[in-house]
Amino acid sequence: METTENKKELLRGGQFLVKETKAEDVFTPEDFTEEQQMMRDSVKEFIDREVWPKKEEFEKKNYALTEEVMQKAGELGFLGVAVPEEYDGLGMGFVSTMLVCDYISGATGSIATAFGAHTGIGTLPILLYGTEEQRKKYVPKLSTGEWFGAYCLTEPGAGSDANSGKTKAELTEDGKHYKINGQKMWISNAGFADIFIVFARIEDDKYITGFIVEYDKENPNGITFGEEEKKLGIHSSSTRQVFFNDTKVPVENMLSERGNGFKIAMNALNVGRIKLASATIDAQRRVTDVAVKYANDRVQFKTPIAKFGAIKSKLAEMATSAWVGEAANYRAAKMIEDRINLRMENGESHADAELKTFEEYAIECSILKVACSEDIQNCSDEGIQIFGGMGFSADTPMESAWRDARIARIYEGTNEINRMLAVGMLIKKAMKGHVDLLGPAQAVADELTGIPSMDKPDYSELFAEEKEMIKKLKKVFLMVAGSAVQKFGQDLEEHQQLLLAASDILIETYMAESGILRAEKNAKRFGEDQQKEQIQMAKLYLYHAVDTVNQKAKEGIASFAEGDEQRMMLMGLKRFTKYENMPNVVALRNSIAEKLTSENKYVF
Amino acid sequence: MKILVCISHVPDTTSKINFTDGDSKFDTAGVQFVINPNDEFGLTRAMWFKEKQGATVDVVNVGGTETEPTLRKALAIGADSAIRVDATPTDGFFVAKQLAKVAKEGNYDLIIAGRESIDYNGGMVPGMLAALMDANFINTCISLEVEGDTAKAIREIDGGKETLTAKLPLVIGGQKGLVEEKDLKIPNMRGIMQARKKPLNVVAAEDASAQTEAKKFEKPAPKGEVKLVDPDNLDELIDLLHNEAKAI
Repeated sequence: METTENKKELLRGGQFLVKETKAEDVFTPEDFTEEQQMMRDSVKEFIDREVWPKKEEFEKKNYALTEEVMQKAGELGFLGVAVPEEYDGLGMGFVSTMLVCDYISGATGSIATAFGAHTGIGTLPILLYGTEEQRKKYVPKLSTGEWFGAYCLTEPGAGSDANSGKTKAELTEDGKHYKINGQKMWISNAGFADIFIVFARIEDDKYITGFIVEYDKENPNGITFGEEEKKLGIHSSSTRQVFFNDTKVPVENMLSERGNGFKIAMNALNVGRIKLASATIDAQRRVTDVAVKYANDRVQFKTPIAKFGAIKSKLAEMATSAWVGEAANYRAAKMIEDRINLRMENGESHADAELKTFEEYAIECSILKVACSEDIQNCSDEGIQIFGGMGFSADTPMESAWRDARIARIYEGTNEINRMLAVGMLIKKAMKGHVDLLGPAQAVADELTGIPSMDKPDYSELFAEEKEMIKKLKKVFLMVAGSAVQKFGQDLEEHQQLLLAASDILIETYMAESGILRAEKNAKRFGEDQQKEQIQMAKLYLYHAVDTVNQKAKEGIASFAEGDEQRMMLMGLKRFTKYENMPNVVALRNSIAEKLTSENKYVF
Repeated sequence: MKILVCISHVPDTTSKINFTDGDSKFDTAGVQFVINPNDEFGLTRAMWFKEKQGATVDVVNVGGTETEPTLRKALAIGADSAIRVDATPTDGFFVAKQLAKVAKEGNYDLIIAGRESIDYNGGMVPGMLAALMDANFINTCISLEVEGDTAKAIREIDGGKETLTAKLPLVIGGQKGLVEEKDLKIPNMRGIMQARKKPLNVVAAEDASAQTEAKKFEKPAPKGEVKLVDPDNLDELIDLLHNEAKAI
């Protein structure tokens, strides 16, 4: 176990499952430095001035407006936060990167997508895998917004199965160029990009290869575009097919080595996933904020609807997901930042340190992507419900928020792929001995057959019950996944529904734990009274997590265990998901909602 | 040209206003603070002088450590250095005294203050500051240019505008019009990073006693319900306006 400069423990990817995290070791948004707070305020001011008032315009397929906002974002330095200073970026850490991504993405999915595609998958492959010449040539232009980037991986026949693309790259006779031929689709930023990161296959290679392809309108070099796609949401994000017809790319524009493309594509997506998660947070805050104001204004039965329990329940749940999502995102972000710094202190280059770190925390990246993309969907859905008939109208911001949210469950790897990846990667890590799951899984198996411990924590202590519950939820995962691995071995990946169930246990546990750690840390430093509603949100989230874990574990257990084994595991499950002191969730929701409505805004 | 911009640290306009200590003090709990809007128009105009005429721009505030983020924002926007007079601003005279000392010691040519701050709306500081410095003073200023040692300014007067010139040193009571809202600068990332390295000097307050003391604040009475009167019932309307609203 490594420690960081201030002696806090730094967990490995996936290790949260078997290792208790101390509240004082997690980073929370309340830990932002003064500089980070200024950055947050600056991005917020930018969005409040340049994007939020034009929200309706973004629904009218105004691609030029997106480009204009992106250019302004470049002038203000928002595109270069993660780029090292030697390439004209700001060289800030990953927490700051996530912070900018979070607050720039809240007003419309069109900007969230354009920003994510450009700074993430459009820029990072060059930064992380490019040669020094490639970086010097392209990254400064990308980090200042002089040029924009796009990422061409998906093809009509290659979506989730990304390595199956048919686009070809063929070396020219003089050996100086590759000729690229093929069709790419769903390319974000295609309409205004100057650089395309293109993945193509050389000869019959097993794996695809990445290339940096420049696009110049005056000299299109065989690059043509399909019409703008007609999409459900993100209406002003440019999404087109891109066709390559004998597009000549200098050999020096190959990214990394031949056959390394699939790895580049996957690693770029790891970063993209966690950034996508952060990109849903401010959207949740804004949707909740608008919903609170509407609920206070809208009078029915001579009463503002915010006073009704049915509405309070929704507002409380919306705020809780946003707040827990924020807790989990910044917890992971700081872990990633610390790990990158630690690797660099040990002599690794910035690019290597980042690459290895994102591979290391790929599990957390997938967890966050799934959880937060589903939270913004629920949040905007309930937002519509609070607005009633008005919510269904395109004249209110709920309708577009709901449509924009939908894509988040699809891109950067569908939520199904990400769910299976999270569990698959964790099991692989265990097999390789990177995280010791086998020991703890065996301990849980022994506990099932042994006499249950009668030790009880001191329930008068804050979160004693909840922290005990988190430990038990982790045991549920170890029990289900451990037995499943024993039963199916390598064939487990064929059992997708079981993997999905296990994944939900993993996701809920991580998110609930993050909420509790944030509330615990803050209660210790700011006092329990001051953090009353935050403590309640952490408890409310956990309550739902316990239910989900119970349901998914039952589904999983019944799919592979029978007879005595099944009975034993179901009994264990009952024990592991049992509250000693059942929380009054109705009271929790009422209190959280009353805080929101009395302040008339999203206040956490 | 050396410019000093006086920055007030004030509650955001959307803040909920409450009072403590028997309604004699403003309750700052949970309140977000910003640069006083009138000061921000002045700061933005000062940044124009910096960019176009090579002026140096310092910012000053009278307040405790909690006001430093507001000064840092001014630095991030582009001010060269900041001064914080370490004292609780008790009244306009006290603040003007402190500012006058800083302005005199720094030999500033142009001092821009907002015509009033949006918290207590005293509107006294710029005038007192000019008097204490024995400098020229133009209030409610909506346009400002400087050539050599002469400023040409336009100020808002009742029902119109007045164009005037004045010699430096000059104190300006600025407001919207010096620049427009669209011109206000959002701190860029590089500015924020540089702000950390720029000087923020804390100086002790000069002895000065406040001349006034706030005893009590009151919020406006909540609006009563609207009464609807049938158009055919004008007598009732007249009665209500006369006896209840006492408007006629």
